[in-house]
Amino acid sequence: METAQTDKKPILDVDGLDVKFFLRDGTLNAVRDISFALYPGESLGVVGESGCGKSVTFLSVMRLIQVPPGKIQATTLRFDGTDLLKLTEKEMQQIRGNRISMVFQDPMTSLNPVLTIGKQMKEVIKLHLKLKEPELEDRCIELLTKVGISEPKMRLGSYPHQLSGGLRQRVMIAIALSCNPTILLADEPTTALDVTIQDQILRLIRSLAKDLGAATVLITHNFGAVAGTTDRIMVMYAGKIVESTSTPDLFKEPLHPYTRGLLKSIPRVDKEAQEKLFSIAGAPPDLMRELVKGCAFIARCPVGDDYCFHHLPPMVENRPGHFVSCWKVSHAA
Amino acid sequence: MESSSQEKIIDPVSVRVEEIITPPKRHHWIIDLFIQLVKTKPLGAFGGLLVLGMVLMAIFAPVIAPYDPNAMHGEKIVAPPSMTFFLGTDALARDMFSRIAYGARVSMTVGLGAVGLSTLLSTLIGIISGYYGGTFDTIVQRIVDAIMSFPWLVIMLTVMAILGPGQLNVILALAIAGFAGASRVVRSAVLAIKESDYVMAAKAIGCKNRTILIRHILPNVAAPIIVLATLGLGNTILAEASLSFLGFGVPPPAPSWGRMLSGDGINYMLKGPWLAIFPGLAISAGVFGFNMLGDALRDLLDPKLTGGMRLRR
Repeated sequence: METAQTDKKPILDVDGLDVKFFLRDGTLNAVRDISFALYPGESLGVVGESGCGKSVTFLSVMRLIQVPPGKIQATTLRFDGTDLLKLTEKEMQQIRGNRISMVFQDPMTSLNPVLTIGKQMKEVIKLHLKLKEPELEDRCIELLTKVGISEPKMRLGSYPHQLSGGLRQRVMIAIALSCNPTILLADEPTTALDVTIQDQILRLIRSLAKDLGAATVLITHNFGAVAGTTDRIMVMYAGKIVESTSTPDLFKEPLHPYTRGLLKSIPRVDKEAQEKLFSIAGAPPDLMRELVKGCAFIARCPVGDDYCFHHLPPMVENRPGHFVSCWKVSHAA
Repeated sequence: MESSSQEKIIDPVSVRVEEIITPPKRHHWIIDLFIQLVKTKPLGAFGGLLVLGMVLMAIFAPVIAPYDPNAMHGEKIVAPPSMTFFLGTDALARDMFSRIAYGARVSMTVGLGAVGLSTLLSTLIGIISGYYGGTFDTIVQRIVDAIMSFPWLVIMLTVMAILGPGQLNVILALAIAGFAGASRVVRSAVLAIKESDYVMAAKAIGCKNRTILIRHILPNVAAPIIVLATLGLGNTILAEASLSFLGFGVPPPAPSWGRMLSGDGINYMLKGPWLAIFPGLAISAGVFGFNMLGDALRDLLDPKLTGGMRLRR
């Protein structure tokens, strides 16, 4: 699988991405010098706690961070051969929604309440595909049918408040897929939904993206969400990638102490109810303040020592395709 | 023939569903709006009726008015209402009914003109200033602060003193005095909406700033703008009356409700109460009508509010 990927050229190539926010109270370094690649058609899961920089990373890729106060720097930020940081705002607008599209976290607020579903869907299609009326409506109906909405013709005339959360997220997915994107970014697409709907939505995203051959990035803090629907997982902590490997590998043999802690802290049905839930002691570091020179996880790490405190662990390929950034693991292997 | 007989075999359940789902009738949305207004907002419909009455009175003043509004009728000074003079006459023996009918023209022109201009200015300034923010916003808002720190009467009198008398200048003065506060309200609404997820989503689908402003932000701040404009109409009619009272309004002999109330209305209040009552009633009816209509429209046009109209495409 890894060899298959290395044959292909990455559709999104990120090297040394660094995102800072210059705020009144100081500088917040939300994403710290991270590198990764996304291959055509693959499904990547990005997991981490709130505030670890997972959303900011992909908002930066779409250049949706407000600059200033934000600042995006990267050695390479290449999408399909074009350097995204060198594009003008106008050129960027032609990529957004067209080649890279995004599904947001809360379907209750990410649709404009005063415009009908039809108007909002047609907006994107008109903008990028330049379709005219009869085809425009046909395309919308086709998309709504694809995402499993019944009575699509009638739904086009509905306002967002007339739809349930699950239906609205389906509409958001239809909008995101309307111009056949190369990359679909889903930023916690199921966090605001019922558990029963979550599964449906995740499957829907994956199967539709597969049909289109689009690469998907699923940003979440829920391991359950990424387990069934991704090929590869990236674990982020305090603005850095700490571990990256194929999904089965990560669940079978997590290497980084943080990943292990996260996996251990998932509540399980088969355990005793009285048993206390495992938790990683402490809280993520304040990214506004100067971080330690070494590993950012050191304060909460069960195996870290003085060496980790002073030296930044590099990203090492521990096994073919399994990257991890931890002194303890790299040495052990 | 064969195909038609095949088509008849339809699952009865799906037919029933189709019947339930298909909306009974489709009108143009303005007709829909009108029906909803009458059905659910009787007070708003009454307000609309008053406004309609005023507009018709303004348009058809020459037809309605029995006399020339400025014609003096000899000895009939401060005559009480009678069959010849429906609403009596004023101190210069002019027919009050004719003057009120023609006064509707002045009030409507000044009111709609000033409010239109001020709404346009405040919306433009509020939306751009709120959306783009930064230094531009700061500079614009300090100017707005400066304008708001003057009492509105002082601004209006200053503008009138600079521009000189005339109906157009009255409109300008009222608009300048009114737009600053309104733009602040619009801006604050924009500040809340520009942070919303759907604006971010609009950016994420590749919308231009202009598209976002017009398609996503403007419709969402329409509710406060409608309220501001309708309240403003009432206030503007009153403000025009105040300006006239101070001698800066629409110059005589043009019949202005405000001047009728503040001139003869006050001077002959005891001798001829109709001189104060009828212009006063006309002003109140106008202000009340616009406020009620505006309130109802805001409720009906905002799909977020319950009871809001479900306008189909």
